[in-house]
Amino acid sequence: MSTPRSRNIRVTEQTRPVLPRHARLKFDDTRQRWVILAPERVLAPDDIAVEILHLCDGERSLAAIIDQLAVKYAAPRDEIGADVTAMLQDLADKGFLADKGFLAEPREAPP
Amino acid sequence: MSEAAGTPTDTPIDSLAVLEARGTTAEAFGIPLAVLAELTHRCPLQCPYCSNPLELERARDELTTDEWKRVLGELAGIGVLQIHFSGGEPAVRKDLTELVRHATDVGLYSNLITSAVLLTRGRLRALADAGLCHVQISFQGSDAASADRVAGFRNAHAQKLDVARWVRELDLPLTVNAVMHRQNLHQLPDIIQMAVDLDADRLEIANVQYYGWALKNRAALMPTLAQIEDATRIVEEAQARLKGTLAIDYVVPDYYALRPKKCMGGWGRQFFNISPTGKILPCHAAETITGLHFESMRGNRSIASIWRTSDAFNRYRGTGWMPEPCASCDYREIDFGGCRCQAFALTGNAANTDPACTLSPLHERIFRTAEAEASGEVSRFVYRNFKGGTPEADTHDDA
Repeated sequence: MSTPRSRNIRVTEQTRPVLPRHARLKFDDTRQRWVILAPERVLAPDDIAVEILHLCDGERSLAAIIDQLAVKYAAPRDEIGADVTAMLQDLADKGFLADKGFLAEPREAPP
Repeated sequence: MSEAAGTPTDTPIDSLAVLEARGTTAEAFGIPLAVLAELTHRCPLQCPYCSNPLELERARDELTTDEWKRVLGELAGIGVLQIHFSGGEPAVRKDLTELVRHATDVGLYSNLITSAVLLTRGRLRALADAGLCHVQISFQGSDAASADRVAGFRNAHAQKLDVARWVRELDLPLTVNAVMHRQNLHQLPDIIQMAVDLDADRLEIANVQYYGWALKNRAALMPTLAQIEDATRIVEEAQARLKGTLAIDYVVPDYYALRPKKCMGGWGRQFFNISPTGKILPCHAAETITGLHFESMRGNRSIASIWRTSDAFNRYRGTGWMPEPCASCDYREIDFGGCRCQAFALTGNAANTDPACTLSPLHERIFRTAEAEASGEVSRFVYRNFKGGTPEADTHDDA
C-alpha cells in the first residue's frame, strides 16, 4: 500500500489528484447533495467540483481530466484547465487533496 | 476541547464552501452537521481550564455501550454527518474502538478528541482499523516540565509526542490543540514549530474560555493584553508562512474583544452535544446555567424531537428572547448576543448581553477585571477532579 503525498502540493497537469483518506466525498441523503467530510469540516462542493472530484481517482493525470472535460463540454481547453486547476489547488491548500503523481516509487505502509 | 466544532473559518464564496459559514445551517439543514459525544467525564489529566462542568458526571451513570450505539444510529439516521468522540478522556472507555466501528458502520465520519496519554500504538491501530478518520491531541505547552504541571500528570507531554507520531505513521490526519493562557502564551512560537515537526495537518490555538473550571482559575490564567497582541501577530505570520503545510485556527479570548463571539454559532442553531449520561445540550457548558432542564436520550423522546422542540433549546433560539441592547442591535443575527453561559456567569442572567460586547453595561468592568487579574500575583492552579478541585500547593505536598 502506498501513501500519496498530501502536503505542499502545487497542482500541475502532471498531478494525479485523489482525495486523501481523511477527506471523504459522500452523497448526503438527508440534504440531497454531495459533501466532502474532512476533519471538523463539512465542505459543500458545487456540481462542477463534484464532477471533477469523481474523476480524481489517483490514476488519471490532471491533463487527462482536463482533456475529458474539454471534450464533454466542447469548451476551450485553456479555460477549463485554469478553472479545474484553481479548484483543486484551493482544495490542496486546505489540506484535502493528495497527489499520487509525486510518488516516485511505492513505499511500504508502516508496520 | 473543541470550541471549533462548529466554528466558521472560511468564507463560503468559493466552489468548496464550508457549510458552517453560511450562518443559516439550522434553517437550511435542520439538523447539525456534527455532534460532540462526551463519552465520559473521567480523565487522567487535571487541567485547570477543563471545559467539563464543575459537577462531573460519575462513571456509574454513564451511557452503556448499547445506549451509545443507539445514539450513533439515531444521529446518522437524522442527518448528522460527523461525530466527535470527546470527554473527559474518551479512551477511558474500554468500548471506544467498538463505538468508533459502530460510527463507521452507520456512516458517520469520526473524530477523536483526546489527551492521548491512555493510547498505545496497538490501540491506535485498532481505532484506525475501526474507521477512525481524524485525531485531535491536546497539548498543554511546548516543554515537558511546564506542560506536565498544567496537566497535573507526570510524563504526559512525552506520551503525547509519542502518540502524535504514531497517528501520522498510521496516515491519520492530526490536529494539535493547544489551549493558551498567561502561563504558556510565551511558548506560542515553539508550539507552532512543534506542530510542524509532528507533521500535523492542523493546529488549533485556543485561548481559554472562562466558564466552569477555567472561571475558577481565571486569575491564574488570564493573559495580558500585550500577550494577546503578540499572539495575534505571531499567528498571522505563521498562517501566511505555513499555508499548505499547516492550517492554523485561532480562537481569541473574548474578554479583550470589542464584539462577542458567535458562541456555538448561536444557541440551538447548528450544534448540540451529548453528555456522558445522555443529556442533549446546546453546548458543553450549558449546564452551568441554572433553571434550564436538559432532556436525556434515556427519556421517551427522540434526539431530533429534543433538538427541535425542547424548552432548553428554544429558550435562547433566534432573537425573540433578547432584551436591549441586543434586541435592536444591528449585530443581533451576526453574534446572537454572544455567549449565554458567559452572560450567566458574569451577570447572573443568561439572557443579558454577553459582557464581552462593548454594548454591555458591564463590559468596561470585565475588561478592567481581566487586566487586573492578568497583572496579579496568582499563579497556582486549582486542579480539576471529581472532588471539586484540588489546589496546586496541596498536590505538591502529596507528592
